[in-house]
Amino acid sequence: MIRRFIPLALFVGVAALLAMGIKQAPRKDLVPSPLIGKHAPNFSLPSLTHPQRRVSTAQLDGHWYLFNVWGTWCISCREEYPELLAIAHSGVIRLIGLDWKDTRAEALAFLSTRGDPYQRIAFDPGGLEAIHWGVYGAPETFLVNPKGIIVYKYIGPITPQAWADDIRPRIPADAAVVGS
Amino acid sequence: MRLPRVLLALLPVALLLAAPPARAIAFTKLPTPALQARYERLIHGFRCMQCQDESLANSPVSLAADMRRQIRQMLLAGDTDQQIRHFFVSRYGYFILFKPPFVWRTAWLWLTPGILLCVGALSAGWVIRKRTTLVASDHENPDPRDGLACTEERAR
Repeated sequence: MIRRFIPLALFVGVAALLAMGIKQAPRKDLVPSPLIGKHAPNFSLPSLTHPQRRVSTAQLDGHWYLFNVWGTWCISCREEYPELLAIAHSGVIRLIGLDWKDTRAEALAFLSTRGDPYQRIAFDPGGLEAIHWGVYGAPETFLVNPKGIIVYKYIGPITPQAWADDIRPRIPADAAVVGS
Repeated sequence: MRLPRVLLALLPVALLLAAPPARAIAFTKLPTPALQARYERLIHGFRCMQCQDESLANSPVSLAADMRRQIRQMLLAGDTDQQIRHFFVSRYGYFILFKPPFVWRTAWLWLTPGILLCVGALSAGWVIRKRTTLVASDHENPDPRDGLACTEERAR
């Protein structure tokens, strides 16, 4: 008699397994980065705001910073912009920008009307630097420690909740921007 | 002058045939046929990270164009296919490859179908053997006591 229920039991088992798989499946648009725990890519790019100067890894090492990939064409970046300004205002951590696949004129116009939360902005009109960081959409934000190691990556616009729950708790107190 | 009817009827077909090239990805030509062949094979093997079910070869997004340009430049600089694959995997993870490699983390992915096939074959074999034995026993003389037991059972 029990034998007759074996197919049913198997079906329930498989269904439960699939249901669990669907529920726990990572969101397909959030691809985990293999760069976490690794050294951030070394770069030296022209500065967006001061074209004759450069923004390079050498200047950034030794401090905690958030490396934020954005572009004026990116709607979600505009969405998170108020939060970036708030983070900059709080002085909790340095913000470094990578202006990705943008034009300098548009980016500068955007900064002058909306305000500039970044300590430095590297300019990457060709998009190669973003590939080195494994970027596949904007905005993406990397948390980098003083040794230059990427400790966390946040994909998508930083909402006040994402800042409070996912990013802020990972930043130690000594990351604070001194004298600004 | 009027067009023959057949030509007129074929006109929509001709228009349809003319449409695809308009949407196709900008064609690139590398200096040697060998490089061109490697380029074609490589771009079909990488996933476009934005429209994830398309390859770099078919994706119209600009990130895919940047990646194709990077592949071209690496090919021209003399990088091997292995080096180019490593370049992208170390930045984007195995997810960027349409065919994941056989490493311990992906072993279950490759082995599960085989294991399931074995389980299926074994259970199919078991069921078939069982059924065959039953059929064979039909031709044997039945134990008269079995029949009696049945009648007795029914009589009660």
